[in-house]
Amino acid sequence: MAAGSTTVTRAPGASALGASRRRVGEDVIKGLLFLAALISILTTLGIVLSLLRETLSFFGDVPVGDFLFGTEWSPLFADPSFGVLPLISGTLLATGIAMVVAVPLGLGAAVYLAEYATPRVRKTLKPILELLAGIPTIVFGYFALTFFTPTVLRDLLGLEVQIFNALSAGVIMGFMIVPTIASLSEDAMSAVPSALREGAYGMGATKLQVATRIVFPAALSGIVAAIVLGISRAIGETMIVLVAAGQVPNLTADPRQSVETMTTFIAASAKGDLSTGSIGYQTIFAVGMALFLMTLVMNAISIRFVRRYRQVYE
Amino acid sequence: MSAQAPVIPSASRGDRVRGTAFRWALLSTLVLSCLMLGVLVWDVARDGVPKLSADFLTSPPSALPRLAGIEPALMGTIWLMALCALFIIPVGVATAIYLEEYADNTRWWNRLIEVNIQNLAAVPSIVYGILGLAFIVRPPLQLGRVVLAGALTLGLLVLPVVIIAAREAIRAVPPSIREGSLALGATQWQTIRRQVLPAAVPGIATGVILALSRAIGETAPLIVVGAATFVAFNPSGVTSPFTALPIQIFNWISQPQTEFKLKAAAAILVLLAILLAMNSAAIYLRNRFEKKW
Amino acid sequence: MRYTKLLALPCCAALALGAAACGGEDASDTGSSSGGNAGSGDQKLSGTIKIDGSSTVFPLAQAAAETFQQQNPGVKITVGESGTGGGFEKFCNGETDISDASRPIEDDEKGACSEKQVTFDEIQVANDGIAVVSNPNLNIDCLTTDQLKQLWATNEAKTYNQVDPKLPNAKVSLFGPGTDSGTFDFFTGEINGEEGKTRKDYQPSEDDNVLVQGVAGDKNGLGYFGFSYYEQNQDKLNLIAVNNGSGCVKPSSADIQSGKYKPLSRPLFMYPSSAALKRPEVKAFMDYIVANYKEISEAAQIVPMTDAQAAKSKAAVAKLAGT
Repeated sequence: MAAGSTTVTRAPGASALGASRRRVGEDVIKGLLFLAALISILTTLGIVLSLLRETLSFFGDVPVGDFLFGTEWSPLFADPSFGVLPLISGTLLATGIAMVVAVPLGLGAAVYLAEYATPRVRKTLKPILELLAGIPTIVFGYFALTFFTPTVLRDLLGLEVQIFNALSAGVIMGFMIVPTIASLSEDAMSAVPSALREGAYGMGATKLQVATRIVFPAALSGIVAAIVLGISRAIGETMIVLVAAGQVPNLTADPRQSVETMTTFIAASAKGDLSTGSIGYQTIFAVGMALFLMTLVMNAISIRFVRRYRQVYE
Repeated sequence: MSAQAPVIPSASRGDRVRGTAFRWALLSTLVLSCLMLGVLVWDVARDGVPKLSADFLTSPPSALPRLAGIEPALMGTIWLMALCALFIIPVGVATAIYLEEYADNTRWWNRLIEVNIQNLAAVPSIVYGILGLAFIVRPPLQLGRVVLAGALTLGLLVLPVVIIAAREAIRAVPPSIREGSLALGATQWQTIRRQVLPAAVPGIATGVILALSRAIGETAPLIVVGAATFVAFNPSGVTSPFTALPIQIFNWISQPQTEFKLKAAAAILVLLAILLAMNSAAIYLRNRFEKKW
Repeated sequence: MRYTKLLALPCCAALALGAAACGGEDASDTGSSSGGNAGSGDQKLSGTIKIDGSSTVFPLAQAAAETFQQQNPGVKITVGESGTGGGFEKFCNGETDISDASRPIEDDEKGACSEKQVTFDEIQVANDGIAVVSNPNLNIDCLTTDQLKQLWATNEAKTYNQVDPKLPNAKVSLFGPGTDSGTFDFFTGEINGEEGKTRKDYQPSEDDNVLVQGVAGDKNGLGYFGFSYYEQNQDKLNLIAVNNGSGCVKPSSADIQSGKYKPLSRPLFMYPSSAALKRPEVKAFMDYIVANYKEISEAAQIVPMTDAQAAKSKAAVAKLAGT
């Protein structure tokens, strides 16, 4: 910097060399950009409004208690029942199975990549995980229905499963979520300062001890955030369950049976396209609202944990 | 050899065994995931490769599995991508510029926009389908079940991806570039347009390609917004009914005849090939044009 | 500037799209035509025809649309399968040109149509029987209509031997059309005694293919859907004969046409609106269907009309178009 000169501060947009005036064009541009940013707000408003409007008229006809606590879901039949519990149980069953698969595989991959892998190994394995993340979910659904259920579950493992079952959809969904959990957890673990590791090695800890007792707990917030995000993705997943899990609302914990999830119901009903205003049409939105709220809560929890782990090091 | 024990004891046998076992356990999780990916690709290829042909790419779907092809679905997907890109590039980049360059973070509405984008990224895709059905297909926009409605719905779905990627790209441009430009008398917009944006274009392009490759594979929102079951023609305009590759795959999977399932596998291969091309383009862009400051 | 090279990519994409869009207009020739002449050789037909409705009629609509479009590439036909009820709702709302139906239009639907001033006529296009099928593992030969009612009308029967002691003691796993389906209306009306009355613990779907997959994939599966879906998947399914009091009758093309397969035989309809029929491409399409009903039905593996029924349909189309 030049010594001895006074620092001149000017507002951005003001010329240091000539007359400064606020150009109108600048304000117009700022306004246009702000409008573009508003589209995202409009999207959220749109989602909330579209769900709210129909959900409220739905609850005009169906008592909230029936919806939340009823155990039979047959909204389109002659004398309908609107208990959403079978759909929620279907969603939770598939999600639970998915997490049983995704958490060990995802965390294992993350710990290996963060602590054990050489940079060359990392370079080959990380893209493979990203590849897994990029595969469209319809492809996973195809795989679950045409290969996993007949060949793996029935022939290889000899299980007696229905052709559409929650186990197949859940396991494949788990594999789909592995990259999400793995990459977020790996980020969290890599963010742990090496000083912590080196200190532990310096005191004679083995790699196993460093990984499990130093790095893992330090990155715990990020790992929990990753898992919660994985759960959120599993809850919102449609195609895998639509193709492989079936369309029978079924309040069961038996993964060998067909179940219907919230997302399956929405997709299957919207495909038939019920007319606006009918109670059937409104059920799509009521279930959609339940789905939206569940993922919103999961997401809020996840962000909380991310914020916490970021703060530790900054 | 000193008589006392070393300060740092070497690992005991038990430790070493446990360590190796742990390492192998971890590696096996990775291997299991890769194995699943491999089996999936092998299964799809085994079923689909025999069905790939020029006829397959240029024929419409048919009740006879032998004759069924994916031309309308392929064209529908291309149309959707083009329209989607036309929507997300201006809106996404503009939002990112606003948030990075103009927005004052102390204002509540700017913080709201940021939090909002983060939330939108986590909303299930089928909810976007519901949004599209409620406002784009039906009044107020009332486009009907046409390709423009599908493209807009997908665009809203992947917009957060573009915004986040564009923000990162813009943020990566060092402040010294901006300050130098301003010091020379440029206005803020001139600085952005001539210095910041050009430097951020590779990152933005990568983000757009990744967003589009996400949009290409989405089926659920299109089901709700309504790609018709049987479409044997290519889209003729933005207000044309349409179908798309993922929808066609889904239709064929739902048919019990084995022949259709094989055709679905072939269509999946086409879809994966497109995705591979797009992701390779993104990686190429990132490596070739990445500026090191 | 360096980034102009990057602009090349989207520009090429846009050019490719434009070229493809122009090229795509001249449709897609699959190289095989099933007989019949669309009768429009002199004049180029163009336009869009929207068809929706019954999934039972869907194979016929699809087969007709396919061959008609090959001969008339300017016409774009979309066919949906929302179910007979769903199809009528859209039809009476003016959203579709032709409604496929596996049962006649009902009074309240007629009311909705007249409210929106949609006039139409009922054109028979084929015949159909509802096939009751089971998984080959469940070797059921014949069921009486009473047994069917016992199985389907209420949730009571939990195992098959409750309906017939000769049947195995296996938990029922049932598949059937959903409530928007004309097949559902017809079956529940004929067998359960009241339209819409049914047990609720079965797997419903408007998509008969899903039902076929379900029954074929579940060793205790049993279901009902249109006969043509059985014909297309004979190797996977076991056909059950129905005894209406005069002996066990298995559905077949002849027995359905003659009405011997009781009570589950019925005609299939298309309902074009008179407004749509004023357009030349729609009229040509309906003419094509009634003129080539034999070939189209064969391609769709659906039971065709008798010659007498076809003549009646032809007259009805002419009358509706004339008005």
